[in-house]
Amino acid sequence: MVDGKKQWKAWLYLSPVILLTLVFTVWPIINTVRIAFLDDYTLMDDVGGMTFSVGVYNFEKVINYPEFLTCLKNTLLLTVITVPISTFLALLIAVCLNSIKALNRLLQTIYFLPYVTNTIAIGIVFSTMFSMVGTGFGGANPYISTAGIINNIIGVFGIEPVNWVNTGSTYWANMFVMCVYIIWNALPFKILILLGGLQSVNKQYYDAAKVDGTSRVRTFFRITVPMLSPMLAYVVITGFIGGFKEYSSIVGVFGEEMGPAGNEGALNTMVGFINRNLMSGSPREGIASAGAILLFIIIFAVTMLNMYVSKKRVHY
Amino acid sequence: MKVVLKELTKIFPGRTKKAPEVVAVNKFDFEIPDGKLVGLLGPSGCGKSTTLYMICGLQKPSSGKIFFGDDDVTELSPENRGVGLVFQNYALYPHMTVKQNILFPLQNFKGADRLSKSEMLERAYNVAKLVQIDDLMDRKPSELSGGQQQRVAIARALVKMPRVLLLDEPLSNLDARLRLQTREEIKRIQRETGITTVFVTHDQEEAMSISDIIVVMKLGVVQQIDKPQTVYEDPVNLFVAKFLGTPPINVFEGYVSGGKLFIGEDRVLDVDGVEDQDVFVGIRPEGFIYDEKGPFHCALRNVEVMGRDVSIVSTNGASLNPIIRSIVDADNKIDVSAEKVSFTLKPHKVFIFNKETEERIRFGKSEQNSQTSSKED
Repeated sequence: MVDGKKQWKAWLYLSPVILLTLVFTVWPIINTVRIAFLDDYTLMDDVGGMTFSVGVYNFEKVINYPEFLTCLKNTLLLTVITVPISTFLALLIAVCLNSIKALNRLLQTIYFLPYVTNTIAIGIVFSTMFSMVGTGFGGANPYISTAGIINNIIGVFGIEPVNWVNTGSTYWANMFVMCVYIIWNALPFKILILLGGLQSVNKQYYDAAKVDGTSRVRTFFRITVPMLSPMLAYVVITGFIGGFKEYSSIVGVFGEEMGPAGNEGALNTMVGFINRNLMSGSPREGIASAGAILLFIIIFAVTMLNMYVSKKRVHY
Repeated sequence: MKVVLKELTKIFPGRTKKAPEVVAVNKFDFEIPDGKLVGLLGPSGCGKSTTLYMICGLQKPSSGKIFFGDDDVTELSPENRGVGLVFQNYALYPHMTVKQNILFPLQNFKGADRLSKSEMLERAYNVAKLVQIDDLMDRKPSELSGGQQQRVAIARALVKMPRVLLLDEPLSNLDARLRLQTREEIKRIQRETGITTVFVTHDQEEAMSISDIIVVMKLGVVQQIDKPQTVYEDPVNLFVAKFLGTPPINVFEGYVSGGKLFIGEDRVLDVDGVEDQDVFVGIRPEGFIYDEKGPFHCALRNVEVMGRDVSIVSTNGASLNPIIRSIVDADNKIDVSAEKVSFTLKPHKVFIFNKETEERIRFGKSEQNSQTSSKED
């Protein structure tokens, strides 16, 4: 510990971080809570010295927005679908990567690439890959030519091209593209963490299992998974938190309209909802703040649930 | 189950293409009699663990064969050999209780071998009783002491009733007091089960104290295989003589001339029938007799009284060790202030070795008890 005389030095060195945190994190949180409970709040009136009545008016309004319910549904769907699938795939890939020797480094690098690539850029690539822009499309001509590689690939197997992301595409086609994109984008980080975990498992456990004639499946579920459980818990918890904050991936694929042309906002999320209320011509700070607090409560509750489950299931 | 090793060899390729390959075990020939406790003894890197892992099946021999009884198991994978292996750090599954750890091998049985739940539990509890951990069955390994973990590991290896039990450095992770206790325990368990057991150790005391047979290895080559006492009393070469015994053997440069053994100027012993040559002389600490008129003179350093015995520490120009340690009876009245100390030597505690090959040169009486199954390089 630092003794009394030197303590001011420690505080001095910490002060830039503390100051920045206070100004840009702590105060905004407090202010968000304050604004959420003020009726008909606007920044102009606040600066002008007006007082607002206190109440849950903003929350009522948020919940009654049909748009909010869409956002909530989209967010929950995306999270619930992508987190388990991406965790499972990441585990599979990590185990495979860990068990091969040749090209191990190269493959690790390849699998890690999405992590260091810009989300919006990947989104644009995805929207192009899944696109269906062709000369005959939408016209009377039954001949459909497609530009997207995905439709070209499934065409090889004789499957009719699907309208994934263009005008007139269905909600579930959009959702499918988003899930593929989010899962793919979530893999690198999860693989990295799980591979690190796998490499730290003592090889002797596997030798012991081998001598005892343990089948591969049993070794995986009774030894590998429990040994990895702390990393799995971490990956799942951060996955859920990231899932609830999903926003930029949808912007990447569909642009700020958050949906295909003609069906704007169909894939909007919680964060998108908050953002839209803040960025509209006449900002609705109260609504945005209430939405942010609701999102916080959801994330908090899910994380608590995760922690509760992992306490019983995780072997540290 | 008798275990036969035939010209067992393990060669590891070099790390790079240019690096030489490493011969970890070189033509190991040995027949382990049924129900015996065998200690593989040697310094680090002598190939003893590799041998153990080859018997286990975790490593494949480069050449040679392994038989369990009459079955050739060389090509079999570990699970088909019926071996139990206890790892150096026990490798207990940390997320399972003691009971689950012991049950784990049984749950792997398939088909007709599969036991009912109650049979499994019965066997687990029986083996737990044997190693005296039946009251710890619901604990996690992290809640156990080192000695208790060791017992769980042995129980886990024994529960599937292996034909051969293998222990890799079983005592190295235990503190000194526990080590004494546990080695008796291993001996007891081995006796009670009658399972042919092979264990690996670098601690000669450990190997001497519990093995029925010890195998001394050096750089992949077996030096000597025999009963512990025989290996100690009748080593085949300088390496074996130096490796066994605490305090270690005293080694001198000497020469034989006209049937007499000389160390420096001192004519210390008659060695009939040995040709004139330069030799290494090994003398066990208990091979010295304190004798003022003795032929072997050393410079007295100090005297350590250890109750029953007295340890005389002295120096001699011809000694290869910095000091000579000799243990004599406490009844001797030793003049501590004297500068010199003289000894007579017990002939059967003195070994002479060829200076080039370091092989033992036998002389006089000791030739009669040389019925060792020794093996030359």
